[in-house]
This record gives sequence, C-alpha cells and structure tokens, in this order.
Amino acid sequence: MKPGILKMPGFCSLLPNHWSPVIYIGHFPMPYLFDTPEQRRKMFEAIGIQSIDELFAQIPKELQLTRELTLPQPVSELTLQQEMEQRLGQGGTSLKTCFLGGGVYDHFIPAVVDEMTARGEFYTAYTPYQAEASQGTLQAFYEYQTLITQLTGMDVSNASLYEGGTAVSEAVFMAMRINGRHQKVVFAATLHPEYRRVLVTYFARLGTELVELPHTNGVIDPAKCRAVIDSETTAIVIQQPNFFGCLEDVAALTEIAHEAGALSILAFDAVSPGLLKKPADYNVDIAVAEGQPLGTPLQYGGPLLGIFTCRTEYMRKMPGRLIGKTTDRKGKDCFALNLQAREQHIRRDKATSNICTNQGLLALRTTVFLATVGPLGLKQMATLSHQKARYAADLLTKIPGVSLKFNQPFFREFVLQTPLPSADVLPALAVRGINVGPDLARFEISNVKDWQNCFLVALTEKRTRSEIEHLAKALTEVLKS
Amino acid sequence: MKPEDLRFAKTHEWVAVDGDVATIGVSDFAVKLLTDIVFLSLPAIGKKFVPGESLGEIESVKAVSDIYAPMQGEVIAVNNTLPDNLTLLNESPYEKAWLLKMRMADPSRLDNLMNYADYQEHCKSDGH
Repeated sequence: MKPGILKMPGFCSLLPNHWSPVIYIGHFPMPYLFDTPEQRRKMFEAIGIQSIDELFAQIPKELQLTRELTLPQPVSELTLQQEMEQRLGQGGTSLKTCFLGGGVYDHFIPAVVDEMTARGEFYTAYTPYQAEASQGTLQAFYEYQTLITQLTGMDVSNASLYEGGTAVSEAVFMAMRINGRHQKVVFAATLHPEYRRVLVTYFARLGTELVELPHTNGVIDPAKCRAVIDSETTAIVIQQPNFFGCLEDVAALTEIAHEAGALSILAFDAVSPGLLKKPADYNVDIAVAEGQPLGTPLQYGGPLLGIFTCRTEYMRKMPGRLIGKTTDRKGKDCFALNLQAREQHIRRDKATSNICTNQGLLALRTTVFLATVGPLGLKQMATLSHQKARYAADLLTKIPGVSLKFNQPFFREFVLQTPLPSADVLPALAVRGINVGPDLARFEISNVKDWQNCFLVALTEKRTRSEIEHLAKALTEVLKS
Repeated sequence: MKPEDLRFAKTHEWVAVDGDVATIGVSDFAVKLLTDIVFLSLPAIGKKFVPGESLGEIESVKAVSDIYAPMQGEVIAVNNTLPDNLTLLNESPYEKAWLLKMRMADPSRLDNLMNYADYQEHCKSDGH
C-alpha cells in the first residue's frame, strides 16, 4: 500500500468489494480503477502473456507511440475540482470563494457521494413505511449509526434527526425524561444563536426556565458556571467549538453539571473529532451535531442533518429511529427498526419525540462520505482546515485595524473585527468574488462590544493559499476605500 | 400473597397495605395484556409521588405503559433485581414481582382502590 492510502475495515458493505476507497484530501490520486503490478501479473497469467507490449505486437512498430503520453502528473480529486472551478471562473462564471461559517461549511465532497446516493435503490428522503421491506436502506442507516458512534465515541447513535438545531432541543427534552427535572435548562451564551432560538421556541409554553451562562472573552468560564447549575437544572448545553469558533472547557463544564445531577449535552462540530477530542472523551451524556459538513453541500442553508448520540443507559429515552441488526428465520443477517414501542404511532402523546422518521437521504450521504474518507481522511480534513484557519488569521490580523475578537484557541473558524461595519465590508468583499461571514450583527448576542464590526471567517481544506491571500488583499482594499 | 388480599387500581396496579407502607405491583391481567415484557424502569428511593403520577414504565414488544402511583407517598424500597428478571412478572406477579414500597402520606385515603372481585369486574368491562 502506498503511504496515505487507507483501506476501510469491512463493515461498510455499501461499497463494491473490489473497490478499495482511498483518501483524497492530500496529494494522492484516487485509483478507483485498480491496476496494481500484482493485478496486472494475474491478468497476464490468465491470458498467457509476459508483458503488456505483447498485446500490441500486431500493430506495426512505426504506428506505435514510443514515448509516454504528455499528461500532467495525477492529482487528487480535490485538486482537479479546484482546477475545473478556476477554469469556469475564467469563462466568466462567477463562482465566489467561500469563507462562510456559522453552522454550515464548504467542505470537500468526493464525487462518489453523489454517485452512490443518486442510485434509484437509495434515492428517497425518508425511511420507507414498512421499513423492513427496504433492507438496503436499513443496512445503510445501520452503517450510518456505526460510523457515527465511531466518530463520536458515544455508545448509541440514532438514524439521524432533521438538523443540528432541533437535535439540541430534542436532547434537552430527553434529559428531562432521564432525570425528571423540568424547571431549568442552562445553556452557554456561546451556543449558536439559531439553536438557541429553536430552544426558546420549543420551550416557550412549557414553563421551563432557560438560563444563559454568560461568556468571558468568547468562552464559558467554568468557575462562574457552578453558581448557576443547581439541583433543579435538567441539563447544561455546550457547543464545541462554540459559535465564535473558540474552544470550550467541555470536560470541566460537564463535571460541574454531573455534580449537580444535571446532564451534559454537547453540540459538537462534526468534523472536529478529526483533530479535537471526541464527544465521549469529555464524558458528556448526549452529543448532537449538524451533520452537513460530512458530505452534504451548503444548499443555501438546508436541508441539513441532525446527528444524535447518547450513552447506552439512556438509549430508551432517545428520540428518533434506531436500526438494529438481527437474524431472519433462515439465520441470515437482517435489519429491523428497534424500540418502536416508544414512537408516536404506538405511544402517542408520550412518545419520545414527534419526529419519527430520519433525514434519510442526507444520512446516506454521510454514510458514503465517512466510509470513503475514513478516519485518516477526516483527520486530514480537520488538520488542513485548522492550519489554513491559523494561516488566514495570521495574515488577516496583519492588516491595520483588523484583529481577532477573542484571544482564544480556535479550530477552523474565528471572529474578525475591522474598523468598519460588517454591513459595509461583506458586500464589498462579495463584489471582489469572496463570500465571508455571517455578519454577527444579525444575531442577538449579549456582552460583546463593537459587534456590528465583527464577522465570522471559516476555513476548510478546500481553500487554497492564493484564495486566502486574495481575501487578505481584498479586505485591505475594502478597508482603505 | 393472594390477589384476594390485595387492592387494585383501575390502571392495573396492585397494592398490599401494611400499616403506612404500601407494596405496589402490576396485576396478572395487565401482564397478560402486555405479553412479552422487555424493559422496566423504576423510580429512585426517596422520590415522592402524588396519585396518578407516573412511577415508572413497563415496555413490552407491543407497547410502553406507565405505572401510576395509586396514592401519595415516598418511595422507601425498590425491587432492583426485577428489571433483570422480567419473567418474574409473568411467573409471580403478586409475590416476587413486587415493584416498590411506598410510605403513604395518608393510609386512610385508599377509597379509589378496588377489592379483587370488583377489579375482575372492572377488567371484564374495560373493553379488553
């Protein structure tokens, strides 16, 4: 095996047997068509020849090409895609460079994701009714659950919910079912403001007090958190990295929650386990995420994918579909919906949730995506995103008057402050072919000075050095004018 | 314990009263209706309940049902081995499959509970 080529373990049987997926993020090509020396030797043996030249023996020598084709070196799928997009740009198509953050991210998606999910056998939005008749779909979701538990380190994953924001609220309802506390929910001020709004909507008529943990310089200070979490608190909701891109001390916050008998709910970044700790490493009880970065395009902000995981002991309180593996009457492996007695069609008003399907097509995309990139590919994605974010932050803060809003470690996203209102800066950058933001003035966030001059900048493995330098140059121009 | 010595709630819990302590279980009739029971959750000792509040859940392959508190009181003992030996609910609903013991807030207020004969009538008329 070449360095960098990763064979997936055998659990993902979605992909054909002969096809060994390889990582694509770095500098290695994707040999979907296999042609190793060993495979050649076997084929030669089968047809009784010694070398490939014998096959061309009947073509006159003077007609044969005696040199190598003048082709460039093989490139990774990502590099090829970037080159094609650049050529599109030369033709006058206005593809903007995307530095957008704030919940959905422009990560690379290998073409195989579209290819596999567009197959007629798979192409449907939901788990079909009479689900067990669709064994292929159930197997895909079973493998999705397996991949998500490997990604998070958590014990159990459901077959997905609708998106990250509702997954947070469903997690809070689940915490209430677990510890029977309904009075108070504590959430970090650094939680995505849109997740917070979903939370407020869900709990508006339930008489539950939603208490915000204020942030200090962009993160939650665990020392200040102890006073807020008490014996009436059902759970604490934390985001990692948080909405500002900064890293929270999740383990310390979780410990404080557990001391008070409250649960710890983490909304994690789906790519972050490639570089940061897994949610399970923080000892959290429920971990949820927006699954979009794992194989789903930006799509103007939706549809999205809700990743939802928990510990085994809370499995029966978990909302959503859960696919299990069992054996049929002939003793063969088969897949079935599990714990259905908790769903709406049986339990009515006492069901674990009023969501009783999953985000089927996007869960399928995530399955193909994760099976293709593997742990090493995810690590490369996360590492490159972080390194590029670091580079971009260093470059951008060299511009006079531009600074990082929070002096904290970050993953692939940070809040940038400039001397001008973002409402003026961002459109001016868009004119220069750059999408960056969102403008933070859009969101209600307390305790931040000069918020109208701040915006988010997110980096993924897709962004090139020249794109980052172009951003710095464009921002310099915009701020001078 | 013989069912004739017990009192029953409309929601199919049985109660054995000893002073101010009530032992609570689930009736044979309810267990038969539920068929194969796969999961049982019980409350923690020290938890307080008012009548009609959910003490826990009993899950079968067909449905999940709440177990309701027949009276006001505080949980003082829980049959912790039962969730791992669910067949006891079928084999010995009135003896080994007791769920929990409660210290009753007011032992005189048990008027809503039926004797066995009335409970059997109730089961017949319950539409099952």
